[in-house]
Amino acid sequence: MKCKKCKSTAAIELKRHNAAFCRSHYLDFFDHQVERAIRRQAMFSIQDKILVGVSGGKDSLSLWDYLLRKGYTTTGLHIHLGIGDYSSNSYAATTEFAEQRKAKLITVNLEESYGMTIPLLSNTIRRVPCSGCGLSKRYILNKEAYDRKFSVVAMGHNMDDEAATLLGNVLRWQVSSLARQSPALPSNGNNLISRVKPLYTMTEREVAANAILRGINYVEEDCPNSVGASSILYKEALDSIELRSPGTKHNFISSFLENVRPLMEVSQEDFELRECDNCGQSTTSRTCSFCRMWDQAREKANITIK
Amino acid sequence: MKVIIRNPVRREIQITGQRRVDKLLEELNFNPEQVLVIRDNELLTRDIIVNEDDTIEILRAISGGIDEVQKV
Repeated sequence: MKCKKCKSTAAIELKRHNAAFCRSHYLDFFDHQVERAIRRQAMFSIQDKILVGVSGGKDSLSLWDYLLRKGYTTTGLHIHLGIGDYSSNSYAATTEFAEQRKAKLITVNLEESYGMTIPLLSNTIRRVPCSGCGLSKRYILNKEAYDRKFSVVAMGHNMDDEAATLLGNVLRWQVSSLARQSPALPSNGNNLISRVKPLYTMTEREVAANAILRGINYVEEDCPNSVGASSILYKEALDSIELRSPGTKHNFISSFLENVRPLMEVSQEDFELRECDNCGQSTTSRTCSFCRMWDQAREKANITIK
Repeated sequence: MKVIIRNPVRREIQITGQRRVDKLLEELNFNPEQVLVIRDNELLTRDIIVNEDDTIEILRAISGGIDEVQKV
């Protein structure tokens, strides 16, 4: 198979684009696609101060690598989840990446800052680990961004993440979740910082290829809590369709964003945010989901924090 | 050939004879949309023939556990 651009031996075939690329032209293609996604969704400009959520995996490190190479002002935020070797390896990959590039990195250790690791949290409140973990990551990213005066939070979610989330929301007809599913959520002008996903047009395989070809040393192991997660089931299902019908995942996301989500936004017009009585972050109720979950867990486990 | 499946759990398989990458993936029941195939630190496309004395690595790109609840 030959590179579409230079006719040398291809490194990767992209069926959904009916193209194959050599290493060099694939890396150009990747950058071009990410740049286009940032521009199309007006995610940020070179003047923005960007906080990048960095787990140590292929997606977040590829994103941070891209932003650093393009000259954006970034700081990485790594959340140490306390999930055994997986968290230790993730932390090691993240710090190595930051040190090699002399990039700024902030680490929040859940056990030190909030009193519990994710395994203890989920066991205590009997909640699916991914749900409590995702809520915590999103809250902490926003809170740190707000407290430290960042203008944007960038996350490494790829097309497969977005398509799997969309499928899950559609299967349960989660209208409020659908209304807020977007690669670029604007700030509310107060304490909800703009949240963007610049890799949302790239598949997981495409991001992994970028990481491998650029020599980014990322954590390949999966989080042990993700075994059996419904997101993997949805990804398997979508990839089975994608194999027979290339472009399906892209169409699923892009058609939703263009044709369906604008209608959902209208249905959310009376959706009001207020400040959490406990922490001051934005929420729809008196106490935000994060404070409710963590307070309940600490109370049950009889843990107090400073 | 030696086939190393790198993740989620690293394991090795011995396979005899040469074949195209797409046939190898089919035999091992991998969806080509979810993996990268590597030989000597280079990515291989599906039409490449891999040989008896090659060491092939298969990297699964799919990961899970993303949060499915979008509450504030």
